[in-house]
Amino acid sequence: MSNEMYRLTVNGIEHEVKDAWAGESLLYVLRERLGLPGTKGACEQGECGSCTVVMDGEAVCSCLVMAATAVDADITTVEGLSLDGEPTDVQQSFVEAGGVQCGFCTPGLIVAVHHLLDRNPNPDELAIKEAISGNICRCTGYGRIFAAVELARDQRRAMQAK
Amino acid sequence: MNATTSTRTRGALGSSALRPDGIPKVQGRFAFSSDAWADSMLWGATLRSPHPHARIVSIDVSGALSINGVSAVITAKDVPGQLTYGLIASDQPVFASEVVRYAGEPVAAVAADHPETARRALDAIRVDYEVLPPLVDAEDAISGSFPAIHPDGNVIRRQRIIRGDQSFMGDVVVEGYYDVGMQDQAFLGLEAALALPDDAGGGVELFVATQWLHEDQKQIAACLGLPIEKVRLTLGGVGGAFGGREDISLQVHCCLLALTTGRPIKMQYGREESFFGHIHRHPARIFMRHHADRDGTLRRVEARVVLDGGAYASTSSAVLINAVTHMQGPYKCEMATVDGYAVRSNNPPCGAMRGFGVVQACFAHESQMDKLAAACGLDPVDIRLKNAMRTGDRLITGQVMDSVAPVERCIRETAALPLPEPLPADPDPLLIPGGAGLTARRGNITRGIGWGVSIKNLMYSEGFDDYATARCRLANGVATLQFATAEVGQGFVVLAQQIARTVLGVDTVLLEPISTAIGSAGSTSASRQTWMSGGAVDGACRLVRERLFEHVAATHHVDPLRLVIDGMDVVDSMGTLRVTVAEASHGLTFDETFEHHHRATEELDENGQGNCHVAFAFVAHRAVVDVDTELGLVKVVQVATAQDVGRVLNPLAALGQVEGGIAQGLGLAVMEEIVLENGRMRNPSFTDYLLPTALDAPDVVVSMIEEPEPQAPLGAKGIGEPPCISVTPAIVAAIRQATGKELPRVPVRPHDIVFG
Repeated sequence: MSNEMYRLTVNGIEHEVKDAWAGESLLYVLRERLGLPGTKGACEQGECGSCTVVMDGEAVCSCLVMAATAVDADITTVEGLSLDGEPTDVQQSFVEAGGVQCGFCTPGLIVAVHHLLDRNPNPDELAIKEAISGNICRCTGYGRIFAAVELARDQRRAMQAK
Repeated sequence: MNATTSTRTRGALGSSALRPDGIPKVQGRFAFSSDAWADSMLWGATLRSPHPHARIVSIDVSGALSINGVSAVITAKDVPGQLTYGLIASDQPVFASEVVRYAGEPVAAVAADHPETARRALDAIRVDYEVLPPLVDAEDAISGSFPAIHPDGNVIRRQRIIRGDQSFMGDVVVEGYYDVGMQDQAFLGLEAALALPDDAGGGVELFVATQWLHEDQKQIAACLGLPIEKVRLTLGGVGGAFGGREDISLQVHCCLLALTTGRPIKMQYGREESFFGHIHRHPARIFMRHHADRDGTLRRVEARVVLDGGAYASTSSAVLINAVTHMQGPYKCEMATVDGYAVRSNNPPCGAMRGFGVVQACFAHESQMDKLAAACGLDPVDIRLKNAMRTGDRLITGQVMDSVAPVERCIRETAALPLPEPLPADPDPLLIPGGAGLTARRGNITRGIGWGVSIKNLMYSEGFDDYATARCRLANGVATLQFATAEVGQGFVVLAQQIARTVLGVDTVLLEPISTAIGSAGSTSASRQTWMSGGAVDGACRLVRERLFEHVAATHHVDPLRLVIDGMDVVDSMGTLRVTVAEASHGLTFDETFEHHHRATEELDENGQGNCHVAFAFVAHRAVVDVDTELGLVKVVQVATAQDVGRVLNPLAALGQVEGGIAQGLGLAVMEEIVLENGRMRNPSFTDYLLPTALDAPDVVVSMIEEPEPQAPLGAKGIGEPPCISVTPAIVAAIRQATGKELPRVPVRPHDIVFG
């Protein structure tokens, strides 16, 4: 352990990280030091996507990022997608379309889908599948997750059309 | 019309009511067991054997204890109570002491102030092993050629089924050997728990992800040497289970560290440790011989079933019974000769996984049905229709099939579902075998279609009374439910609310924490909770409704038997009285508890005869695959299925179970296997153990067959397991059709297709 301190900007708020071991992953620091356990860990190898966060506009696996190297980055976690406590359109769609069972992969998927729709508001079926192919879900077989993403996409499209 | 009739109960049975944990889960606010946290908690970690079989000569923990930040190191000699645990036989040590029997077996545990400190402490423990040759071939366990690796011997159970003429030979005989690899449950939420010692140090409270709180409680208390009431369990959020959380993993270690240090202990496995920390699906080798008349009528099955149970018994004996009693498949068959073994080895322990022995049996019997069809000149659908089991048929155990058995309808409705479009001449590379690797060439791709049909028992078998308990309180129009039913993702929490809304005519249904503060609900496994805990919630709500009706009847001077619930009102069915449930229960509390028991079952006799199962469900699958025959790559294009569900209680949740099960069956068919080499796992990680991704998911077309099951409290059968059972042989049959290869093992690997 060290006595050094570094700062992380998460969901628009600057946090001080003190007395941390320099080898800690961003995932660990978010969950265990910053009180943000919404981001989940399930493989520690960047294979499952449960720990997906957005870092400077890119979706990354926070298990593969050393926290101490993320000092200058803007980090968004699942907790930061809606700051007023109301579910986002994507979050609501996941519940309504049956995209949630055990829910462990869900926060990572929610972040990945927000990231997808923010970049590409009109993804087709294949673009959706490709975008979330780095997020493993063991419960749903993905069918209701595809339906949830399509629901969120169509609702945004309808909003745009108004 | 009375104004109150406009308020209808929302989210009643039959609707796609939304799960109450949905919003917290999508917002990241739902507390999984790995999210549990306590002031001044320490981190627990486990030291595991690197050897599949070795004698422990000595353990020196002094190096670990001298590390700053390490509070405790415990080994077998620190276990205060029973030294072993187990679901059926108590044969698995809390910590290995004299011998280790599999690579990954716990030897010691530490508590430290940081996960990294704990890891360093594990490195500093010196264990001196005398390495022994491992027993890794199940046949060596059966033949007795290997010395016993456990005091209970190398055969966990043998069970025969002998029925009818044992020398009968059919006009048509087909046979083959079939192998099933070791599959992992691969739930996403890794094993995790938080143990809090009582202030006085006399007991412990555990927040844990499990499938059966009360069974854990019993085993933990025995190992801690504590009375059962001193060990209290609350369900921490569970990130999937699929059978892999039936057995004890870190529970005893975590509690023991908490009692030893007097501090809260958090333990959580990483993915690699998870592969070592829970049991897997049994690898199987099955020989089958089918005897039929020339027209394809099935007359006799012969089978030899060998399940490798690994180092400890877990549920192997029950998995074996499921395998041997389902060898005929969903087909009428009067004669049988089945010999089954579940054996012990120095491979990783195996136990429950979705499908529980029937997955292995089904791969063999469905592969055989296709061989039989070919031998009789029938197509795969006709051979299955011809032999389809019906209610009233006798099973090879002598038990009469008295469940609703719409096997023929499952097959016909599946066949009626639309087939996918042909692969276009210039498909998107993501849609062809190998996907984004861009390796397959259109010209090498062949399409195949295959079938699988299955039968699956529901609930526990062989005389076990796996009852479920639930409590319902109604006050001021609000119902509160309490049960110990493990919510592992399947959605029992929403089903329970739907039941209460339907029975009691209320809108708001609150759920108490899921804990051992109420009686057992049995395990969330064996497709049993909708039937069992659903029956318990239904029973408790009905008792409350009776009390409510008695109260309304007394107040309004009517016969309680005339009262019914209509929407959110209590209504006199033969008069004009109408009062809302909220008004009727105003200022009052009705509080009832109900235990649901299924009918009794029997043990099998030495010839495998007896009414050992409670009930059955059926399903048919048709798979369409594209195969690159040159590279051995497979893309599962579509799976069509018609499933016997009794009654759909929540269409969205039911569909989720069907689609999710199909993905797991697809995994076993073409990608998922724990590869063993002399007892050691070669691929304990998500990099090397491949799981289906969004790009592997086939289109799934579903027909739910609703013929309510009279035995079932809500008319609904369990739906969790059937989806993953016959989809595996259906996919393999489709690959066989596309390639002409025999493919007698799953998962089918590229080299099986290219060189097989």
